[in-house]
Amino acid sequence: MILLKLFLSFFQIGLFSIGGGMAAIPLIQNQVVDLNHWLSLAEFTDLITIAEMTPGPIAINSATFVGIRIAGIFGAVVSTLGCILPSCIIVSILAWIYFKFKDLKVLQTILAGLRPVIVAMIASAGLSIFIVAIWGEGGFSTNPKTLNFISLLLFFSAIFVLRKWKTNPIFVILGSGIIGGVINLLA
Amino acid sequence: MEGKKSTYLTLFKSTFYLSAFTIGGGYVIVPLMKKKFVDDLHWIKEEEMLNLTAIAQSSPGPVAVNAAILLGYRVAGILGALITILGTILPPFITLCIISVFYAAFRDNIVVNSVLKGMQAGVAAVIADVVINLGGNVIKQKDMVSVIVLACAFFATYIWKVNVMYIILAGGCTGAARFFLKMKNSQKGGGIK
Repeated sequence: MILLKLFLSFFQIGLFSIGGGMAAIPLIQNQVVDLNHWLSLAEFTDLITIAEMTPGPIAINSATFVGIRIAGIFGAVVSTLGCILPSCIIVSILAWIYFKFKDLKVLQTILAGLRPVIVAMIASAGLSIFIVAIWGEGGFSTNPKTLNFISLLLFFSAIFVLRKWKTNPIFVILGSGIIGGVINLLA
Repeated sequence: MEGKKSTYLTLFKSTFYLSAFTIGGGYVIVPLMKKKFVDDLHWIKEEEMLNLTAIAQSSPGPVAVNAAILLGYRVAGILGALITILGTILPPFITLCIISVFYAAFRDNIVVNSVLKGMQAGVAAVIADVVINLGGNVIKQKDMVSVIVLACAFFATYIWKVNVMYIILAGGCTGAARFFLKMKNSQKGGGIK
């Protein structure tokens, strides 16, 4: 039963994440944290951190990680299959249409209409992750005691570095991990 | 037969290697696939690779997996596609299996915890950077409908926690509706401007 649930959840993630990488994050959060409670928001944030650091698509990383934690190795296999099955079906159909008609105009216009939606969803997931990173699992509060100043400072430094020098995100994440780790341990 | 076998083997090895060493998903792996299959192996033409990339990026699912399916199918049919899918998903699958075992054991370790905490701030910054870029592009187009769609979608996801599936479907319908309205208008006006 749990295997079927994992399969269906990741099937939906595979089916509705368009535009790769970041666009999958809100869908994974929706299924894994909000609807099925397989991970807490903090664990989910860890998962995204790990997924950003390891090879392969975020959706596949998440499917393996969640699957194995919920239902062992079979869970991982089933989730990963669920995640790629929509691709296998839809890409085959689209490739066939494309090679036959060489025109993807309708598809491209629909995708253009989806762009603001995808931006909004990434922003929403980003805000959840930002809040966990800065205030912890308890969520946003006006009490200054729960605010992690080191993380806030790291966040703004990282944004500055990313926007100013367009540094590779992997190095920015690694750098803030090392700097944050050292400061957190000393403090 | 020997030639076919070596094609399959090269397909598997190439996609496995590409997937294992590219961190950062679809936007990184696609240019590397081009280098391997167009420039090194000469299996497909550059123009065709661009078309395959367009399909991979506009289809649902991970871009790397989509591109692998198209490439495998193009080079060696259905069996080729199955081989490239396997080559693409095995590296992240193995990596995450190992990490998830360690994660349970090391999550409470103080050093790991401190580094993860720092990395979370970095990840939040990376996502914020992407949002600023993408959101900036949407606003720059000065298209009111897009901005309204963006705002509605944000409230629906963040405040009301609506199932993301419905929001995407609604966004897709808006895009389709605009496409057909535009088509109707251009027919009335006697041509596309």
